[in-house]
Amino acid sequence: MSLQQQVLPLTGVGSSDTGLYRGDHLLVAEMVERGSKVLDVGCGDGDLLQLLEARGIDGRGIELSREGVNRCVAKGLAVVQGDADTDLVNYPDDAFDYVILSQTLQATRQPKVVLENLLRIGRRAIVSFPNFGFWKMRLQLLVGGHMPRTENLPATWYDTPNIHFCTIKDFVQLCDEINVKMERAVALDLYGRPLRLNLPWWFWNMFGEQGVFLLSRAERAR
Amino acid sequence: MTKVQSIPSPSVHTEERAHEADHPSSQVAAFGGDQPLRLDCGIDLSPFQIAYQTYGKLNTERSNAIMICHALTLDQHVANVHPLTGKPGWWEIMIGPGRPLDTDKYFIICSNVIGGCMGSTGPASTNPATGKVWGLDFPIITIPDMVRAQAMLLDRLGIDTLLCVVGGSMGGMQVLQWTAAYPERVFSALPTACSTRHSAQNIAFHELGRQAVMADPDWHGGRYVDQGTHPHRGLAVARMAGHITYLSDAALHRKFGRRMQNRELPTFSFDADFQVESYLRYQGSSFVERFDANSYLYLTRAMDYFDIAGDHNGVLAKAFTGIQTRFCVVSFTSDWLFPTSESRALVHALNASSARVSFAEIETDRGHDAFLLDVPEFFDISRAFLQSAGAARGLTKAGQ
Repeated sequence: MSLQQQVLPLTGVGSSDTGLYRGDHLLVAEMVERGSKVLDVGCGDGDLLQLLEARGIDGRGIELSREGVNRCVAKGLAVVQGDADTDLVNYPDDAFDYVILSQTLQATRQPKVVLENLLRIGRRAIVSFPNFGFWKMRLQLLVGGHMPRTENLPATWYDTPNIHFCTIKDFVQLCDEINVKMERAVALDLYGRPLRLNLPWWFWNMFGEQGVFLLSRAERAR
Repeated sequence: MTKVQSIPSPSVHTEERAHEADHPSSQVAAFGGDQPLRLDCGIDLSPFQIAYQTYGKLNTERSNAIMICHALTLDQHVANVHPLTGKPGWWEIMIGPGRPLDTDKYFIICSNVIGGCMGSTGPASTNPATGKVWGLDFPIITIPDMVRAQAMLLDRLGIDTLLCVVGGSMGGMQVLQWTAAYPERVFSALPTACSTRHSAQNIAFHELGRQAVMADPDWHGGRYVDQGTHPHRGLAVARMAGHITYLSDAALHRKFGRRMQNRELPTFSFDADFQVESYLRYQGSSFVERFDANSYLYLTRAMDYFDIAGDHNGVLAKAFTGIQTRFCVVSFTSDWLFPTSESRALVHALNASSARVSFAEIETDRGHDAFLLDVPEFFDISRAFLQSAGAARGLTKAGQ
């Protein structure tokens, strides 16, 4: 499929610096055009926002945990304490060029409503999430008979914040359902490296540890 | 008869305080008949003066100025010894070389508000028309009036744009008024422990304080200077009530609990048996040494009238439409006078205006007063916010 794209070298960040950043962050940053205005929902400690600001992008953040927010603000980032499920409604339409939801969708109460809000507030959305169809997950459930735990998702079932896991396939289906256009899609392996683009979707769904999608509103894309 | 201990009389003489109101121990900007202050009540105040302090050096680009707006009972003596009490400045932990408001980098201005009693024109000042103290003849002032006067001071100092306006409580209200009235003159804003409007509960507490002052027979309908008195008991009660609202249940309990003051057993009297009583009486009596009772009435009233949304057809976001100012809003978990919900409403309005805003809620049990205390997390946030604002403004070192 033509949507499945290979990651390009990141301009503005030297190759010696890229090791400082998470693979999915580098990929997301590369999807954002320079000079644009970005909202990072669930921005954690602000690592992605710092990467974006280093590239001359006007970045804002929302973070649920008070400690995360205060660490971001102490780094000079424009971050407010808030909840993706309840606070996105307070943002006006078209306020941002991009709204990023990085590794947070699975922790929201209403992923579909959140996704719709992302594309109301931003003209484009970039969503990354752990792929529950990843072979390690499948294997643990099939053979081990217990809820999967991986290096990137170490929480046990009873204390995980992740309440709405999905597979890459599930996510693609939701995008179709709510009339969202997928502009680009990338699957990353366990080490944050993009899978080769000429591989079929089922392979991504099996061997992608996470999916990263650049989305836009279908009606505007034409 | 049961033993009673009332609030002691102040030790500072009324004359010293009166002298400070007209001839402050700080710099003064005097505005003559050609430059009246247009008040919201419709009166032109003229002549008038603004007493202010500055710290650090203004750079050649005039781009490193920070305005500090003080809270209800504070003044311009933010980082120097207070002329009446001899105590250190009220925000010395925040201001100085290497501190968050770094005097090696920034030029810091703090002025006494209009209506105050430390040298800016207010009810304790002498009315030039009569040669007597203004008292209740002084017109009612508002938060916008205070900010309008500060803008005139800024003009006088030849500063076009402030790098930042900083303030907590009533100072935070002035910060917000600065951004609503003069957004192009405010590069960044750091409103702390405040709100865009005074709540019914807050107005109620202020009314309690005012009635305590007015119920004191020494108040004499506001003409106590003519009578050679000062309603120190009423003002001390107002301060005691106010002070309780600045703390929290947890902070009071941690500090005093039910501990007795220099005694083992209750005296079965109205003496200050409990430490908390003794503390409050001290707060009340030390306050009246440095503050004018009428000024307290006027400034509490100014806070009561404050409502930015009310000035914009009830829609707060309209006050900030298209604003370019960078905001950092800070609240404290145990502040029940200006709770986090008030800051959150402000942040929502700023988001709706697509303003660049940071918002941090800091966990502390120290109540509203936390913004004046040693709270390292608040210092870190303030320092980083000012640094990023300075970097965005292309700030170089002071004096360059």
